[in-house]
Amino acid sequence: MTNTELTPFNLVEINVADESNAFHKLQYDALQRARALELPSFEEEVWRYTQINDLDLRKYSIGAPGGEIQGRGLTADVVDVAAVLEVVNGKIVSSQVNDPNVSICTALDDENVATGVGSVMTEAVDIFAEYNHALSTSPLVIRIARNSVVAKPIVIRHATSENDFAWFPRVVVIAEENSEATILEHQVSTNVEALICPVTEITAGQSARLKYLTVQELGPRVWQLASQVSDIGRDAHVSVSHVAFGGGYARARIDTRMVGSGATGDIGAVYFGRKDTTLDFRTFQKHDAPHTNSNLLFKGAVDDRSRAIYTGMIRIEPDASDVVAYQTNRNLKLSDEAWVESVPNLEIENNDVKCSHASAVGPVDADQRFYLESRGVPSEVAEALVVRGFFAEVLEDLPIPSVGTKTLERISELLSLEGVSL
Amino acid sequence: MVKLVIEGLEASVGGKQILRGINLEVSSGQVHAVMGPNGAGKSTLSNVIMGRPGYVATAGSVSLDGTDILSLATWERAQLGLFLAMQYPTEVPGVSIRDTLSLALASRGISSQTVVDRLSDEALAIGLNPELLDRSLNVDLSGGEKKRNETAQLAVLQPSIAILDELDSGLDIDALKACAERIEALTKNELGVLCITHYHRLLDYLPADRVHILVDGKIVESAGPELAVELEAEGYSRFLPDKQDASDGVSVAIGGLSLLKPSLANEDPFADLMA
Repeated sequence: MTNTELTPFNLVEINVADESNAFHKLQYDALQRARALELPSFEEEVWRYTQINDLDLRKYSIGAPGGEIQGRGLTADVVDVAAVLEVVNGKIVSSQVNDPNVSICTALDDENVATGVGSVMTEAVDIFAEYNHALSTSPLVIRIARNSVVAKPIVIRHATSENDFAWFPRVVVIAEENSEATILEHQVSTNVEALICPVTEITAGQSARLKYLTVQELGPRVWQLASQVSDIGRDAHVSVSHVAFGGGYARARIDTRMVGSGATGDIGAVYFGRKDTTLDFRTFQKHDAPHTNSNLLFKGAVDDRSRAIYTGMIRIEPDASDVVAYQTNRNLKLSDEAWVESVPNLEIENNDVKCSHASAVGPVDADQRFYLESRGVPSEVAEALVVRGFFAEVLEDLPIPSVGTKTLERISELLSLEGVSL
Repeated sequence: MVKLVIEGLEASVGGKQILRGINLEVSSGQVHAVMGPNGAGKSTLSNVIMGRPGYVATAGSVSLDGTDILSLATWERAQLGLFLAMQYPTEVPGVSIRDTLSLALASRGISSQTVVDRLSDEALAIGLNPELLDRSLNVDLSGGEKKRNETAQLAVLQPSIAILDELDSGLDIDALKACAERIEALTKNELGVLCITHYHRLLDYLPADRVHILVDGKIVESAGPELAVELEAEGYSRFLPDKQDASDGVSVAIGGLSLLKPSLANEDPFADLMA
């Protein structure tokens, strides 16, 4: 039986009703759900402050034309890897696995794909995640074998170079019991008009240690509507980090759920907005189990006419006692026209918790600048040094040092410090 | 020979006048101590000279080697040869001493390798752990380490005039001795020092040529080093304005209360209103 369905994406029809294929069946169901949803509006709390009403899905075509990776940017120095997967415009163009403890399933008729996709994000967090489920052409289901340490990073490159094109990167990471791995996902594009809706699902089994670093270097005309969900099991430790520079409007919704007793989740971000970029982060730290920790630190700067939005929620469920949860967002506003909104929130249903949230938006610290100037460092250089230092602290802790180094170099360039020998 | 000349300097902080006409000259190789009680304006003087935001010179002038510095940016004053060792050195996360001094000296054509070498030597001389040179400025440093750090930077930057804002606060006697003696040695190489302090202690190791007493924004007395010794014994009381009035003020207030009590007891407090 064959059937076609109309999508809102340039009114493209797709073939979806191959009932013999479990994943296609799930995609068909997801498409029905997605089509029943309205596009969000900035009047909804979780879309407040955004320009989401300007998005018109009909503008974009879909498919998997593939192509070549044009540049590896901040991830260029990550060459010694456990595995590397390169996906261009919805098509996996290269795949290499060097470590026997890493298995990666990509075939749409592979049952691991059907069972993996949607296993953590059991309900799509928004219409874009639902369309991702329905239309993803390149799901990657990565499994780290139990009791194994994968020392070198696993690198995923999601590159976009098609104009007026929408696609749906999907990554599912299953870190089995007592496994350890570091994953780098690079989102990069040429200067195209595109819509990218990535979904990342992470599940960490008992005592697993997983680090997941996302680096976003999208072009200025790209809409990114990303979501990431992590389920952290008993005594497991997951650290998700985001480095974000580009996009016209680049949103990342980040859900981190401490589901097993003793689970720890670290959530970090470094972002730098320039020109007319909007960087939008929505975080949810959800403590379902006792003896769990979460620690969020987001640091950003906005220059030119760029905008940054941070809204965060810590939620402690009634059964989650002995919880420690922190949420900190600090922003530097480097120009008068730049704009930042930072809204931290707490919802606590248990008394035995230690929580704090803090947010700050302001210019470069005058005392710090004065201190440097009083040594003879010219004003503009002093200001740039303080901004660079503001990020250096966090970048030192990135799970892949070369990305931290390159990111700091990029920030130095943006601050016109590149000629300065440090 | 370089000269820092302060003439009729008045300054305010947050719209409140703090300095009320300061006259002072510091030449190369000299050590001038400015002493005074809390709130006299000592730190304001150092901050105005260096141009800290929020400290506004409202009258008078400050010049270094004939150049008016009040119209210059802070970094230009530093480049001209001024240095301020801060009472509370600011923490600057993610910025190292090495980078800061390299950038400060780059415009003088001094290579960053030279800076690094000098800094290592100075750190060793002053007893500062060289590992701290690559760490964030002043972050997680003890009081003593911060002041040793300020002194090492002073020695590397080689200013013509250094202002020491309570260099002796927050450090133990060993650190005090190390810092003061290093600076004393620099004065032999023509460094001029304006040393702001509460206590005589610092001057034991960094002997002053002149001592000035700053009270209520004005220098009320200047003399040789013996003045500091005298202060140590007698305190500032004889320099405080209207000393007698001040103590009277206290006794009047107490007396007033005691006078008020019987009047309340004996008279109807509303008597006047009723009349």
